[in-house]
This record gives sequence, C-alpha cells and structure tokens, in this order.
Amino acid sequence: MLEIQNLTKTFGTLTVLDGVSLAVEQGDVVAILGPSGSGKTTMLRCLNFLETADSGVLTFDGEAFDMRTISRRDIARLRKKTAFVFQNYNLFRNKTALENVTEGLIIGRHMPKVQAIDIAKKALTKVGLADRMDHYPVQLSGGQQQRVGIARAIATNPEIIYFDEPTSALDPELIGEVLAVMRQLAEEGMTMLVVTHELNFAKNVSSKVLFMEDGSILEEASSHDFFAAPREGRVREFLRSISTDHIY
Amino acid sequence: MGVVTDSFFKILIPGITMTIPLTAISFALAMVIAVTVALVQYARVPVLTPLARFYIWIIRGTPLLVQLFVVFYGLPNLGIRLEPFPAAVMVFSINEGAYCAETVRSALESVPVGQLEAGFCAGLSYLQTVRRIILPQALRTAFPPLSNSLIAMMKDTSLAANITVTEMFMATQRLAARNFEYLTLYLEVAFIYLMFSTVLTRLQSWGEKRLKAGLGE
Ligand SMILES: Nc1ncnc2c1ncn2[C@@H]1O[C@H](COP(=O)(O)OP(=O)(O)O)[C@@H](O)[C@H]1O
Ligand SMILES: [Mg+2]
Repeated sequence: MLEIQNLTKTFGTLTVLDGVSLAVEQGDVVAILGPSGSGKTTMLRCLNFLETADSGVLTFDGEAFDMRTISRRDIARLRKKTAFVFQNYNLFRNKTALENVTEGLIIGRHMPKVQAIDIAKKALTKVGLADRMDHYPVQLSGGQQQRVGIARAIATNPEIIYFDEPTSALDPELIGEVLAVMRQLAEEGMTMLVVTHELNFAKNVSSKVLFMEDGSILEEASSHDFFAAPREGRVREFLRSISTDHIY
Repeated sequence: MGVVTDSFFKILIPGITMTIPLTAISFALAMVIAVTVALVQYARVPVLTPLARFYIWIIRGTPLLVQLFVVFYGLPNLGIRLEPFPAAVMVFSINEGAYCAETVRSALESVPVGQLEAGFCAGLSYLQTVRRIILPQALRTAFPPLSNSLIAMMKDTSLAANITVTEMFMATQRLAARNFEYLTLYLEVAFIYLMFSTVLTRLQSWGEKRLKAGLGE
C-alpha cells in the first residue's frame, strides 16, 4: 500500500535520513522505535511532504512519486488520502472540537455540511468525546485534545494514519485513554505508522516494528520477533534503557 | 461658562460629521491595505514582497504631515487635484495601512507553524489554511495593537486641518480666531477628543472580551 525507497534528507550538513526504505501493507500497524534524534519525526514529515526529501521514491497504492520533485497537485491528492496525528496535537485553536473535525471535510473535501457534521459527531463519539464537541482546544485536557486529533484523522477516512509520538506530550495518567483509542483503531484494521516510545503498544498492538538509529533502519521485524529476540545489540541496549525509565 | 456652552456643539458637530467619518473610512481602508500587505509578506509572494517592504519603508520613514502636503499641495503640480476630504482619506489610509501591516504581519508570524501543517494534513490548501486558520488567529492577536493604532489615528486626523478639511480642530481654530478664548476652546476640543478615545477604548475592551470568549478562554 505504501512503500518508501531510499529516502534521504539532510539539514545543511547534517544527514538526518540516510537511505530509509520501508513497506507498509494495508492493515499493518507499524511501530517505529528509536532514540531521540534518530530521524523518526523527519521521516514521517517527509512522508506527508511537510519536509521535502532530498531523494526517495514513495509508492502509494501502486503509484510512484519522486519525493523531491513531486508536484503540488500530487502532494494535495496524497494528503487527502492520509492523516497525521501530531505530538503536540496541533488542533486548530480558533475552532471547536467539532469544527476541528469538520474542517477537513467541508473545506478540504467539499463535503456537504450536514454530512460532515454527522461524520464528525460519530468520530468524536468514537474517541469518547461526545460531550466535548463544542469545547475549544484550550478547554480540553491534553488527552482530550489528542483524541480530537485522532477524531480529525479518522473522520476523513484515510488509507493510512501517521502518528508522531502521540502520547509523548501527555501526563502519564492521560496516556492510557489515547492508547486505548489507537488500539481500537488497530483492531478495526486501520493502517497505522506510529512513532512511539510506548513499548507495550509496540509489543501488543503493532504488527511490525522498525528500529531507527542515525537516520537508518537498524532492525525490522514482526512485533513478536522484535521483542522475543532483538538481533542487534544496540536494540537490546535501547530496550533496556527505555524500560527502566518507564513504569508499566 | 457662556463660551463653553456656545461653542460646544460648534466643535462637536464637525467632530461627528468630519472627524468620525474621516477616521472610520480611513481606518477601514487601512485595514484592507494592512491585511493585504501583511499576507503578501507572510506568503512571501515574489515581486510583491519587496514592493510591500518598499511601501512600508517609505511611509514609516516620512512624516504624516509631509505626506498630507505632498498629496494635497504637491500633486496639483502633476495635474492631480484632490478635494480635501478624499486627499485626507487617501493619506491616512495609506499611512495607517503601513503601520498596521507590520502589526498584522508579526501577528501572522506568531501563529505556530504547526497550525499551518495541521491544515495541510487535514487536506486544506495553503490559501484555505491561511484564510480559515492562520488569519483569524492572527487578527485576534493583532486586535489590541490595532485598536491602539485606531485611537492614535483618530487623534491624528486633527492634522487634516492643515489641508483645509473642516474637522473638529479646524472648527475650533476658526472659533478661537473670532473670540480669542484660546485656552478654553483648545481645552474644550481636547476634551472632546478624550471623549471619543474613551469610547474607542471601551469598544476595545468589549471587543477583546468577545474575542477571548470566541476561543473558549
Ligand atoms: N528543521 C530542522 N532543521 C535542522 N535540523 C533539524 C530540523 N528538524 C530536525 N532536525 C535534526 O534532525 C535530527 C533528527 O530529528 P528528528 O527527526 O526530530 O528525530 P526524532 O524524531 O527521531 O527524535 C536531529 O538531529 C534534529 O536536530
Ligand atoms: Mg520526534
């Protein structure tokens, strides 16, 4: 469904992505692990063209695009088939929860208002925010804001959702409510690419794990194999370090 | 006391028929200019961006009074003759537009880039995101400084007396020339300006409250 070949990206003299390739099949939930600064965010941003890659080929539903020279029209078209959930939510601050969800439908996709509101209400109900639809982002907790972010993502019926550390900005007691929603999406067969530090999520929800370091994918395995027997010594070290500062 | 009662309405009426329309029309046009010029710079439109900077540089770098004289007394040398009121509207809106463009531009740039990116990822185009997400947030940020500019401009319309616009201050000068009650009359007109700006200040606080409520704050 989604395939990336040889994605590279530099900022000035710093090589952040050094020939990354990956493939995601429909229904896959791919967890991307890796130390901070390894290029995970940059990779997701390149996939949605928030950053322009230096080189790389993205194949989406069998259609191949040069990631450096892709046209604006193709970018707009691809973005309408995907959704992005940000680490710091990035809800539209001048819109209510409901409007945050309808915006991409009514304005981005020219959907009739009545239909958009109906879809948005269903999406917000699904993430457990039926009673917060008219609240502005400042009136919501971090966990609620992120769930609006997820509702905004699913309402457009995307083929894949990119998550960039969706729970990293949350207080520990709010992480669970967001992960629960993500788990439900995974169970329903949503294709997801999730950058996360939540090992439990990677272990129990994702089907596949990628481990990134220094702009490359160091290890790629099924979730079961990855945790049962990580091949790379560096990965074992990382897993040890991360599980000591997180309490599960 | 007689002087005050005799002259009060003679000053207030040109205030209502001239100062207020001059302020309102000029400021409305200034807002159109300001938002346009600010958006051009925010979006870094080629060619227009350097033009916008040039416009702001010229207008902010020269005195308002000189600009009034150039347009009203200077342009006739090129065969362009404007009536006092339209000349004043033109100068005030162009002048105020340059200052307010800077206010709006910095407000646009203060909106986190994540808002723009969230718009793109939701399937909105650049223009849609700017119009529906970025600009409304920027205008809220810009509202208090823009209100300040409006109040300052309302007082500056007294300069239009210099190009024969019979606004409040011109009317006062004429009265004073007849009865020599300079102190009384000039304090009186000052008081009326104060009343006007007090009303504007009230409107500003009311507007700020409304805007805050509109973000759920
Ligand atoms: N816009 C940018 N300009 C310059 N350097 C950047 C930029 N964005 C990210 N980087 C650098 O790229 C590297 C990878 O960052 P990032 O993709 O955010 O890593 P991760 O998400 O894995 O923590 C870091 O060294 C970071 O400082
Ligand atoms: Mg990151």
